[in-house]
Amino acid sequence: MLIELEKRKEPSKAMLYLTPVIAVIATMLTGAIIFSLIGHDGFGAVAKIFLAPLLDTYKWQDLGVKAAPLILIGVGLAIGFRANVWNIGAEGQYIMGGLAGTGVALATWGMTGWWILPLMCLAGIVGGAAYAGIPAFLKTRLNVNEILSSLMLTYVAIQVLYYLMRGPWKDPDGFNFPQTRLFTDDQILPTVIPSTVVHLGVPLAFLVAIIAWFVMSRSVFGFQIRVVGAAPAAARYGGFNTNKTIWAALLAGGGLAGFAGILEAAGPFGQMVPQFPTGYGFTAIIVAFLGRLHPIGIVLAGIILAITYVGGELAQSSIGLPAAATGVFQAMMLFFLLATDVLVKYRIKLASAVKAGDAA
Amino acid sequence: MTDSLLIPIIMTIVGAATPILLAALGELVVEKSGVLNLGLEGMMLIGAVTGFAVTATTGYAPLGVVAAMIAAAASAGLFGFLTLTLTANQVATGLALTIFGIGLSALAGENYVGQTVDVFGSVFPAALAEHPVLRVIFGYSPLVYVSLLLVAAVSWFLRKSRAGLILRAVGESDLSAHSIGYSVIGVRYMAVLFGGAMAGIAGCFYSLVLTPMWAEQLTAGRGWIALALVVFAGWRPMRLLLGAYLFGAVMTLELHAKAAGFSLVAPEFLAAMPYLATIAVLAIISARKAGKSLAPACLGKPFKPSS
Repeated sequence: MLIELEKRKEPSKAMLYLTPVIAVIATMLTGAIIFSLIGHDGFGAVAKIFLAPLLDTYKWQDLGVKAAPLILIGVGLAIGFRANVWNIGAEGQYIMGGLAGTGVALATWGMTGWWILPLMCLAGIVGGAAYAGIPAFLKTRLNVNEILSSLMLTYVAIQVLYYLMRGPWKDPDGFNFPQTRLFTDDQILPTVIPSTVVHLGVPLAFLVAIIAWFVMSRSVFGFQIRVVGAAPAAARYGGFNTNKTIWAALLAGGGLAGFAGILEAAGPFGQMVPQFPTGYGFTAIIVAFLGRLHPIGIVLAGIILAITYVGGELAQSSIGLPAAATGVFQAMMLFFLLATDVLVKYRIKLASAVKAGDAA
Repeated sequence: MTDSLLIPIIMTIVGAATPILLAALGELVVEKSGVLNLGLEGMMLIGAVTGFAVTATTGYAPLGVVAAMIAAAASAGLFGFLTLTLTANQVATGLALTIFGIGLSALAGENYVGQTVDVFGSVFPAALAEHPVLRVIFGYSPLVYVSLLLVAAVSWFLRKSRAGLILRAVGESDLSAHSIGYSVIGVRYMAVLFGGAMAGIAGCFYSLVLTPMWAEQLTAGRGWIALALVVFAGWRPMRLLLGAYLFGAVMTLELHAKAAGFSLVAPEFLAAMPYLATIAVLAIISARKAGKSLAPACLGKPFKPSS
């Protein structure tokens, strides 16, 4: 028996939406088996990671808070991925956005006014976009691969963060701890649901996803991005400027990552600390793919990945599952999605070896 | 006096250069066949933890190295299955492999954190290996000499051997190679597995030679530097050798400056140096070669003959 792939005339719509579901289910099954094999309670672990956060209504607020940055970054990255622009340095842009916003917070420390928080957010967006501008410049002017440059810049951003925390931005009254002052009331995102941790950034992330949906599906910009990604030759023939698209894709991705950064700093953190980078920028890559590079899909994918984070923490405290398990589950999800992707474009046929020989 | 400073510096450079050289050499062959595997960092970590675990259990480092090669090649096989057989996107699959490798190695290495193994030491007699001056030649792990031999071997393979010619043909023009009867997918599988095995050796160079211990994310992003190095070298093994030692020197500068309490620039700046240097080098190389790319023509493109 031989597996043969037969190209579909057009990509299967049903498979496009079905494969992420298959990927999640396959991850749960495989995860349960693997974790049983290495001596954990596999099915218990999967239940804790994937179901417990959903069943415990008290955990829903955490899901929202975790999903928000993933959705924001994922939506931005998807714009780039659609245009075949591989910005994988969102983690660095997230850090730089957080730092730029923190800079405003420290400069306005002690002041009051409604304008402080919007200014911090603006700085965050500009900071992230500017940092993504470096790979955009290198790519369009010098033809430098954006995968490598954006990733290298992430490591640089981490060092910039450490430097600022250890030196210039250290809290003067902080007993020499490498962290900034606590943000003041006017610099902290208000909570939108009383007596929960759900801050203003959560509805903002959903709003951004909806706006991105309209932009990507209804505007010339969205069309241009899709054409450049799907058919670069046609795009050139149609007079679309490839360099402009690269700039737009990177600035959008960096800006949203930066926005996510300052929302985290002014939200859950309430100050800037060396532990600020938590890998959201990398996880958001999985979110973008699991969401099929579609803003609404990314919202759902963001929630699913948030479930694995919250559930992973639950499993850690209750059944002692190692923290690294979450990453394994997340990567498996992307593996399964990519593997089942083949079903979107191809029909799987089982052919006998003889027949295959005849055909060739 | 100068010897006592110079020799440790040279030895540190060799130590820093060897793993990125090994990983980059594997990736070079992979890319020459037309496949871009961004999972280098993940494969290295899988190799690092496997090598350490097997050495800690058996007490025999060469067995650890072989196990590391097998484990990392197996993870490369997974990448190959997804990208070659199922024609999945190579960039996304490579990234997934890195995230997977980081998680899996942390998980598998959990019980080995804090343990030590004997350094995978020299094969030469102690009189040479520990000689105050001659150790600069004889005082390394056998893997260092292996890496140099492999550079020569890969260079010969790609330029002079028939199999190497086929591999390059597959990378430059998959359709022509296919039409004259070579198995494009088969050749690419071999290349990907080789790349995985090399990443495995590179990974266990950290856990068995340099540190020697296991810690989460032990390779600290060096896999990405190795990837950049392949571009830097213009896909030529000999230039890779030069590049790896250059990068080794930059990383060593950081270490020694820190140790010497060099305070003119912030230590964070020195830590960022290898990454900044990579970007600068990529910019110079890419700008100079703008227009005619040295990259294999089919790099990163999935192969599907019948469609």
